[in-house]
Amino acid sequence: MLRLPRFEVATPKTVGEAIARLAEAGPSAMVIAGGTDLLPNLKHELFTPELVVSLSAIEALRGVRVEDDGTLAIGAMTTLAEVAASELVQKHAPVLAQAASLVAGPQLRTMGTLGGNVLLDTRCQWYNQTYFWREALGFCMKKDGTKCHVVEGGKKCVAAASNDSAPALMTLGSLLEFEGPSGRRTQAIDDFWLADGIYNKKVAHAELLTEIRIPPTGPGHRGAYGKLRERGSIDFPLLGVAARVDVVAERITRADVVVTALAAQPKRIARVADVLVGVAARGEELDRAIEAVAASAAKQCNPLANIPGDHEWRKAMVPVFVRRTLRAAVDGNGPVHGD
Amino acid sequence: MSARDRHGKEAPWGEFGVVGKPHRKIDGLAKATGAAVYADDIVLPGMLHAKTLRSPHAHARIRSIDTSAALALPGVIAVLTGPELPIKYGVIPWTPDENALAVDKVRFIGDPIAAVAALDEDTANAALKKIRVEYEPLHAYLDPRESLTRHDPKIHEDKKDGNISKHVLLEFGAVDAEIAGSDVIVEDEYSFHGTTHAPIEPHCAVATYSADGVLTVWSATQITHYVHRALASVLELPPHRIRVIQPCLGGAFGGKSDPFSLEFCVAKLAMKTGRPVKMLYTREEVFYCHRGRHPMQMRYRSGASKDGKLRGVDAKILIDGGSYSSFGLVTTYYAGQLLTGPYAFPSYRFDSTRVFTNKPPCGPKRGHGSVQPRFAFEVQLDQIAEKLALDPIEIRRTNFVGEHTTTVNGQRITSNGFLACLDQVERASAWKTRHGKLPFGRGLGVAGSMYISGTNYPVYPNKMPQAGIQLKVDRSGLVLAFTGGNDIGQGSNSVVQYIVAEELGLQLDQVRVVAADTDLCPVDLGAYSSRVTFMVGNATIDACRKLRAQIVGALAEHWKIDAKRVRLIHGEAIDLDDASHHMPVIEAFHLAEEKSDTLGSTGSYNTPELGGPYRGGTIGASPAYSFTAHVAEVSVDVETGRIRCENVWIAHDCGRALNPMLVAGQMEGSAYMGVAEALMENHDVNRFGLHSGPSLLDYRIPTSVDTPELHALIVESLDPEGPYGAKEAGEGPLHPSIPAIANAVFDAVGIRLKHLPFTPGKVLAALAERDARAKSDAVEPTLTARKR
Repeated sequence: MLRLPRFEVATPKTVGEAIARLAEAGPSAMVIAGGTDLLPNLKHELFTPELVVSLSAIEALRGVRVEDDGTLAIGAMTTLAEVAASELVQKHAPVLAQAASLVAGPQLRTMGTLGGNVLLDTRCQWYNQTYFWREALGFCMKKDGTKCHVVEGGKKCVAAASNDSAPALMTLGSLLEFEGPSGRRTQAIDDFWLADGIYNKKVAHAELLTEIRIPPTGPGHRGAYGKLRERGSIDFPLLGVAARVDVVAERITRADVVVTALAAQPKRIARVADVLVGVAARGEELDRAIEAVAASAAKQCNPLANIPGDHEWRKAMVPVFVRRTLRAAVDGNGPVHGD
Repeated sequence: MSARDRHGKEAPWGEFGVVGKPHRKIDGLAKATGAAVYADDIVLPGMLHAKTLRSPHAHARIRSIDTSAALALPGVIAVLTGPELPIKYGVIPWTPDENALAVDKVRFIGDPIAAVAALDEDTANAALKKIRVEYEPLHAYLDPRESLTRHDPKIHEDKKDGNISKHVLLEFGAVDAEIAGSDVIVEDEYSFHGTTHAPIEPHCAVATYSADGVLTVWSATQITHYVHRALASVLELPPHRIRVIQPCLGGAFGGKSDPFSLEFCVAKLAMKTGRPVKMLYTREEVFYCHRGRHPMQMRYRSGASKDGKLRGVDAKILIDGGSYSSFGLVTTYYAGQLLTGPYAFPSYRFDSTRVFTNKPPCGPKRGHGSVQPRFAFEVQLDQIAEKLALDPIEIRRTNFVGEHTTTVNGQRITSNGFLACLDQVERASAWKTRHGKLPFGRGLGVAGSMYISGTNYPVYPNKMPQAGIQLKVDRSGLVLAFTGGNDIGQGSNSVVQYIVAEELGLQLDQVRVVAADTDLCPVDLGAYSSRVTFMVGNATIDACRKLRAQIVGALAEHWKIDAKRVRLIHGEAIDLDDASHHMPVIEAFHLAEEKSDTLGSTGSYNTPELGGPYRGGTIGASPAYSFTAHVAEVSVDVETGRIRCENVWIAHDCGRALNPMLVAGQMEGSAYMGVAEALMENHDVNRFGLHSGPSLLDYRIPTSVDTPELHALIVESLDPEGPYGAKEAGEGPLHPSIPAIANAVFDAVGIRLKHLPFTPGKVLAALAERDARAKSDAVEPTLTARKR
C-alpha cells in the first residue's frame, strides 16, 4: 500500500478555531473534509502539508435547510450521500441531488462532502500518479515540473475540473459562503473559477467554504445531470452535463447548460437560453430547439487529452449528452448515465 | 499412466455422499470473518520492512549505483543491489533471463534495481530516494513490430535471435492445398490488447533465516515448488535448507505463477540482517510485475466447404512479450496448440513469434496463450457462417471434433461434452427464436472453446509424479491431508477435503488440509494450467484407497467378515450384511492402528505419455480437455457506441462437478473476466513507456453494476481419467466470452469487431464505416436498417 506522508492533524470544534489554526500555520497547512480526494493526492505526494486541519468535528457545517424565502442552504460538510438522499435537495435542486448521487461510488459518497467536491483539485493523467511515476515522466507543470504533456509546448495547465457538483450548482445560480481571517464573503459560483489547471479556484489561504446557497427555484424548476464515465460507478466524469429548464404554463422560462471535465474550469454553453426560452415544453419545437443547443454545444467544446480516455469520443459525446440531459430535465427523469 | 492413476468416474462405494453437492469452501468462514491469515498479516518479532527501487527508464544501461546515503539513513539496516544476486532465473528452465535486481541493465519502467530493509516502511521509502543511479538510456522498443526487425540494441544481449523471444512454426496436413480447394475462404486480421490479473491481494513475501541456516519464505505465490527451486538456485543454498509456505491467498489468476523479485529480496535481506524481513508491493508495483495476457496481432485464413466443414486453418501471430521470457516459450506454443478443438481441423498451420519489448513482462493469465487466438478464430468462424448463410451454432456442431479422438496436432481428446454445451446455451438463450430476430441494437452471439486440465509437461523435465499427497490419521478421529497444491481461491483445498471425506466416509469437519508448505507437504507443481483438481484430486483418491484398505482390512479381521462387506459412511464403520457390526470411525482408526501400524498413506498422480511425436508436441497435451460454449446477449447504443453485455449463458463441460457451487463460481468468474477484457480493461504503456494507469482507478475492472447476468450451465461428460470424471473449470469458461460478445455485436448492429478492446470509439468508427459502405452499396443506413 502507498504510505501517507507524516503530518500533524488538528480537529477544531468551530470555524473560527479552524481558520485560526490555518492562518497561524501558513501555506504548509491544508484542510481535510471527507478526504476522499485529499488522501490519495497525499499518497501521490501531490501535496506535502505539515498540518492538516480536519473539519469533521465542526457540527455547524453540516445539514440541509430551506430558509423562509426558499433559499436552499447546504453546509459544506454535508456528505454527498446526504445531499443525494435529501428530499429538500431533490425537490428544490434536482440537478444537484442527481450530480451528488453520481459522484464516485457509495463508500466515497458516504465520506466525501459537497464542499470538498466543489473545491476538488483538477485532474490529469500526467498528474494523478505516484511520485515514482511522475518522476520517471520528468514531472509536469502542475506539480514539480515545467512541461505540459497534454499540449506539448503548452504554457498553461489544462488539467480538468472534475467535480460533478460544480456544473449543477452553476445552473442553479449558487452562492458560496466563505469565512476567513478577514471575515465573511459571498462568492457567486459562476465567477469562482480560473482558467488555470494548476489551481482553478478563487480561494485565499485559511478561507473556509462554509455553506452553499441555492436561490429559490420555484415550482416550475426542472433540472438533470448527465455523466459520461466508463463504468457505472466509481469513475470521475469523462464529461459532465448539468441542464436546467424551468417551465411555466407549458413554456420554457429559463434554461441553462453547464458542462465539465473538459478543461480547467466548468463551461457554460453559450446561447442556451436564447434558443430554449419561450419554446413549448413538448413537441417538435422543443425537439428542434434541443437539437440546436446540442449542435451548438458540440461546436463550443473541444476536450483535450487531459484525463484518461479517448478524448475524441468525449467530444463526440458532447451533443449526445447535452441532448439527453436536456431531454431528461424537461421530462423529469434524470440522471443520464451508464448506457 | 499407471493403473493406480485411474480410479473410475463413478461413486467409489455405491452413492456419492459428498461429491456433487454444494458444500461450503474449507476456508470460507475464515475469509468471510477476516480471520484468514494472508502474507501481509504475518508479523514476526524484530521484523524489518523492505521496499524496492525501480527503474524510471524503459531501457537503459546502469553505469553505477551509489547506496551509501541510503545506508547511512538512521533506521536503514541493509541495502541490496543486483550484483549480490547475480544468478538469473525464470520459471521456464530454458529461458532464465531475470535477475532479482538489475545487474547491468533495466528493461522496462518499473524494473527492480535495489531493495532496502529498514525498521519501518517510511524509512525504507525515504532511503530509496537517497540511492543514486547513473543510467545510459538506450533505445526503447514499444512496438512489437519494431522488435521483429530491429536487432540493435538487443533487450537481452545473450539471446541469439535479435529481440525475438521464441518462434514456433508447425504445420499439420496440406494447409495451402486444402484452403485453395475450399468453397469459401475468409482471411482477416485481429488483435488482442494487453490485460492484467488485478488480484485483490498485492504480492507480499516474508522471510526468516534461522541461526542454523534454515531459510523460511512465506509468499503470496501459486507455485510454491518452483519458488523453492528458484530460491535454492539464486541464493545458492541447498534446497533442504529452504522452506516455502503459501499463506491464504487473495487471488492470483496466473499473476503469481512466476518467482518474483521480492521473494529473493526478502530472503537475501533476512540472510544479511539475521532478522525477519517483509516486502509488500503497492498496487502500482503489482501492475509492473504484470505477467498478464500477451498482446497479439493475429492473421487467420480459413477455408471451408459449402456445408460449413472446415478444411484448413492458417495462422500467423505476433506476440508482444514485454521485457522478459516468463512462461513465453509455452505461450508461443499455446497460441497455436490449443486451437485444434472443439472443431476438427483437417489441416492446420501456425506461425507464432514472441518478441521482447521494453514493457512490463507478459505471462500467463487465466486461459494462458489461447484466449487471444480463440477470440480471432471464433469471430472468423462466424464470418464463414455468415458467408455460407449458416446458423452460427449449426456450423459449430458441423465441425465438432468428437470424443475419444485425436486432433490434427496429435492431442488425445477423451470425454467431450461440447455438443451438450451448444444445446444448453441454445436452449437457455432462446437462440432459435431470437438470434437474427431481435430489434436493431440487440443481438446474440455464440462461441466455443476447449482448454487443458493440466498438461504432461512439467516445467522442468522429470519423471516423478506431478502431484503428491500424504494422509495422516490422528487418534482424535481427524484425518489430515498434506498437499503441495496451491489453493489460490479456486478451492483446491476444499476439493481435497471433499474427496477424503467421500473415500473414507467421514464428516467434512473430520478432514483438515495442510497445503503448500514445502517442509510439510509432498510436491505438487502448483496452481497453473488448470491442473490441480485433476491431478491432486487423483492423487488424493490414490492415497485414500491405500489408507482405506488398511482400515477396512482391520475391521474385516475384527468382525471376521469379507472386506467387501465393510462400508465407511457418515463417520461410522458398518457391516453391510449384519447390523450388529458397527462402530464410530474413530474406533475403527484405533483398531487399525492396533492391528497394523501408525496410520497414514501417500498418493500421487502422473499423466500418461501424451502429445504428438514432434518437437513441442507435449506442450498443450493434456490428460483431459474441458469444453465450453457461450451465448452472449448485448445491446449497442449506436449514438454513444457503448456495448452493454446483458446476459452470458455459460455451458461448460467440467467432466463432473465435484462441488457444483464452486464450479459455477469458476464459470461466472471466468465469464466476468472475459467480459471485462472485451469491454473495459486495457493494460498498456504510453508514448514514454510509462504504464498508462497503474491503479485500480485508471485500470478499469467492471464493478457489480457493470457485470452482466451470468448463467452457469454445468455439463458433465464424466471423463475416464479425471477424479470421479472431473476436468477443469477455472480457465476454459473464460475463452468464449470475448468472441461471443463480438459475434453478438454483429447480430445487433451488423459490424465485425476484430480489434480489442471494444471501446465505444471503435464501435462508432465501425458503424460509420458500415454506413459509408451501405451508402455506396445503396443499402439503407444503420439507423433505419435491420441488420443483415
